[in-house]
Amino acid sequence: MEQHAVEQHGKAEPTGLEVVVTTMASDSHTWNLVFLQLLLEELGHRVTNLGACVPDELLVAECRRIEPDLIVLSSVNGHGFNDGMRVIEALRARPELARTPTVIGGKLGISGSGTPARQRALLTAGFDGVFEEGGSVLDFQSFVGSLPAAASRTLPAGSGVLL
Amino acid sequence: MTGHGGGTGDAPAVRPGAPATTGTSAAPVASGAPDASAPSAVPASGFGAFVARARAAGALVVQPRMGMADPLRMRDGLRATRDADAVTVGTVTLDSYTRTGDLEAARRALAEGVGLNGYPIATHPADTTRAVLRGIADARFPVQVRHGSAMPEHIVRALLAVGLDATEGGPVSYCLPYSRTPLREAVTAWQRSCELLASTREYGASPHLETFGGCLMGQLCPPSLLIAVSVLEALFFRQHGLTSVSLSYAQQADPRQDEEALTVLGRLAGELLPDVDHHVVLYAYMGVFPRSPGGARLLLEDAARLAVRAGAARLIVKTTAEAHRIPTVGENLRALETAAAAAADERARPALTAGAPGPCAVDTGIEAEARALIGAVLELDADVGRALVRAFAAGYLDVPYCLHPDNAGRARTSLAPDGRLLWSSVGSMPIAGIADGGGPRPPILGSAGLITALSHVQRTYDDRAADPPRTPLPPPPTPVPPRTTSTPRRELGLTTP
Ligand code: B12
Repeated sequence: MEQHAVEQHGKAEPTGLEVVVTTMASDSHTWNLVFLQLLLEELGHRVTNLGACVPDELLVAECRRIEPDLIVLSSVNGHGFNDGMRVIEALRARPELARTPTVIGGKLGISGSGTPARQRALLTAGFDGVFEEGGSVLDFQSFVGSLPAAASRTLPAGSGVLL
Repeated sequence: MTGHGGGTGDAPAVRPGAPATTGTSAAPVASGAPDASAPSAVPASGFGAFVARARAAGALVVQPRMGMADPLRMRDGLRATRDADAVTVGTVTLDSYTRTGDLEAARRALAEGVGLNGYPIATHPADTTRAVLRGIADARFPVQVRHGSAMPEHIVRALLAVGLDATEGGPVSYCLPYSRTPLREAVTAWQRSCELLASTREYGASPHLETFGGCLMGQLCPPSLLIAVSVLEALFFRQHGLTSVSLSYAQQADPRQDEEALTVLGRLAGELLPDVDHHVVLYAYMGVFPRSPGGARLLLEDAARLAVRAGAARLIVKTTAEAHRIPTVGENLRALETAAAAAADERARPALTAGAPGPCAVDTGIEAEARALIGAVLELDADVGRALVRAFAAGYLDVPYCLHPDNAGRARTSLAPDGRLLWSSVGSMPIAGIADGGGPRPPILGSAGLITALSHVQRTYDDRAADPPRTPLPPPPTPVPPRTTSTPRRELGLTTP
């Protein structure tokens, strides 16, 4: 099922990354996804935006099909930590996605800004970056900037510390 | 789907407040007075009747968005809402797993103590929920279930099973911005859900259903489309048996535009739903909220004043926690009382006399656009649901920035410096050139432009809170009438004369 994209903004560069922007099954918020899509396109990357309430199977299937250079999970409804822990396991279980740079951000719990323990748990579960609110977008931009140009798909060591 | 734990042979849920056993005493209407024959809209009891009585008594009904997973906290929240210094109705807001029909995830979250963003009504045993409501929800304190589900049958069954009969949503408004469910399937599911809800009338209940069409993406949707979808959803509810409905509209970024919009919504509802009990409900701003408590309060107060000026009967509030996290009971309580006080203050303004058309009678074309949209849709098919599906397929309705596959996705908006929402592209909607001010405006572009537009209201109110204007923006406040005289709940609530 194809989602509508907002108009492409910025020009994808040849060295640009192939990026999947998505939320998870329980979350219907999409302004966050539209924002992240525009931001990444302005940085010269190509974005597939999977839209609202993406079921785990569809999320994994789309990532296997696209084989992106970066997977960006965004959730703000408060279930993001719980959903993210489940989804990262499903993604990492696929050999072709086991090492794909994958980050999560937004409002991941129901009681306000993230805790270090929550971030550690997400990193341990397999995320390469966790961007909860508060200046998270700038950190995210430098994280994306640190990724190697398209085609080389492994993550430089130590990039996961950009929280 | 409902009582999946134990399959207590739930006689298909169609037994609202099945007297005695539920103890919630919600809706066991005096059996003698079935109102079905009386076309004079207002039912004798239930959610719609409560709001009508408050309105007649000159009070704005205020309502929280409130839902927590823990039954005891949910009960505390309902009790606090009931006992607030305001004329209130209660809310049980459901969590996102229940909304999306993933009851397994809701069950697991409860078992593992994962924080949920609402009350899992289809997962807690019905007896638990009855205990939550017992002695609190009744004819003097109606409780509405708020969800956000494109396929809400399991929710409607669950709420009927615990003796409730008021909820909200709609085949468009809980599909396009809330799911990836095909619109056609949502229409079918909503038809069945309406019929289920309406069937309780046989048992003397007065079920109530509110449209969510006046909200759509929460922000950046021009009023005419919000009004059109709200009215069309109300017509859909009526077609499927509901006789008590409310029509929503969400506060946007310019009070004058909102006042005009609410007046138009009231007028169209009166015209198109003459035989149905109805009222207009305003939602306090549904977009990116001010971060500061002061800014959040000012925005809520403006919503309450707007509701009074434009004749809305009910207001759904937002709290000072909105920009940050799920609010506490205390934050909700303060929001209710803040809104009620602002409404009373606005009502006490001398310039305002009841029944006066209030708004400064500007016409910027909202009404003409809304009529054109509604007319074009209704012409497509005599069945409102089919008409809606066709309308979206043809792009006659097109929700700006909505990613759903069944949305044409060509409409775009812009935001004037004063907060007024304007079309920059109407796509295939039959409203080109109707609104004043001539040609299309430049659309909102780019991530920075989008954030600037989305946070216009947040910025404005946070600034205002930080630095109150020297030249007072709102006219000087008039003395607040003694709050105690405002129609006490118990008198308001009496069900049968
Ligand atoms: C608009 C809105 C809606 C609209 C959404 C329309 C749409 N299709 O998007 C509607 C009305 C439909 C809606 C519905 C709901 N909402 Co809502 N919503 C909001 C609101 C008001 C604004 C969100 C928004 O659009 N922001 C604009 C975008 C651009 O910014 P953002 O999402 O905040 O993301 C920013 C950052 O977080 C960051 N970011 C986000 N993700 C990522 C990812 C990465 C990798 C990075 C680097 C950064 C990043 O980037 C963005 C820009 O800074 C917020 C409260 C607020 N902020 O004022 C509540 C809010 C997010 N909603 C909330 C909830 C709970 C819901 C509901 C579940 C209903 C409910 N129970 O109240 C439903 C969702 C149903 C579901 N299945 O999940 C809660 C979440 C609570 C929490 N996390 O603690 C909030 C915080 C309100 C509240 N205080 O209760 N909502």
